[in-house]
Amino acid sequence: MWIILGLMTLGMIIGVSIRHKKKVIKQVNKLVTISVYLLLFLLGISVGLNDELVSNLDTLGVHALIITLMAVLGSVLLASLVYHLYFRNSNHEG
Amino acid sequence: MKGSLIILAFFVLGISLGYTRYIPDFLISNDISMYALYLLMFLVGISVGSDTGALSVIKKIKYKILLVPALVILGSLGTMGIVWLILDDYTMSELLGVASGFGYYSLSSVILKDISGDEVATLALLSNIFREVITLLLAPVLAMFFGKLAPVASGGATSMDSTLPIIVTASGKEYAMISVFSGIVLTILVPFLVPFVYSIFS
Repeated sequence: MWIILGLMTLGMIIGVSIRHKKKVIKQVNKLVTISVYLLLFLLGISVGLNDELVSNLDTLGVHALIITLMAVLGSVLLASLVYHLYFRNSNHEG
Repeated sequence: MKGSLIILAFFVLGISLGYTRYIPDFLISNDISMYALYLLMFLVGISVGSDTGALSVIKKIKYKILLVPALVILGSLGTMGIVWLILDDYTMSELLGVASGFGYYSLSSVILKDISGDEVATLALLSNIFREVITLLLAPVLAMFFGKLAPVASGGATSMDSTLPIIVTASGKEYAMISVFSGIVLTILVPFLVPFVYSIFS
């Protein structure tokens, strides 16, 4: 976990220092997309090799939906409170 | 939306190859996945650091706008206690880790694979894709019942790009900047928050 955060922080420092090199940044963003595809593909393989997990995918989907609905519900309820208290009558820049 | 379909396609392709055992041995080891994650995190860091737009948005803010990503974090994590009572299959740290994706399905799932395993990673992938889909489908309804901040809050980390058009449609152009700001802050926080909240309860 610390390796992950350390690498990301290191990347951010490098990122700030090369922020004017548009071509390099474009390549980096392309590589980000490719590595995300690779990682999700590898996650798929690893899930596919686990027969128990594959047979439980439908249950996992229902559980995922419950988590999402509750997370969204909590967020929009708080959003409603904050909106009525601070945003509704003020200028729209917030 | 197109992005999540491509991601799902890669994931499903991986599942079918894994399930049919139609894969070379070297792809099975977890090492590749770990090094690919390290590479990804490094690249994401560069990408965030070099994004001058991300920095200039933060310079323009007034304090009130900070409430928006904060309420998304509190709202998303706060309800996990209820989910924990409904579903006894998961620990509190697993639920908090999944909810801390805020719709950033790719990163949250690969980080959770590393720290928690395949089952929670799959849960995070599905749950966070659902967050994007629900926002795309419900943004106008949410704005009507819960006010104009609600679609932004529902979008979470996706409110800066994939759900931005529907949020602007539902809440109005005045909310575009708030939406982008909240999305950027949450996107940057995801790789820090997912391992952090996971470790608190474990």
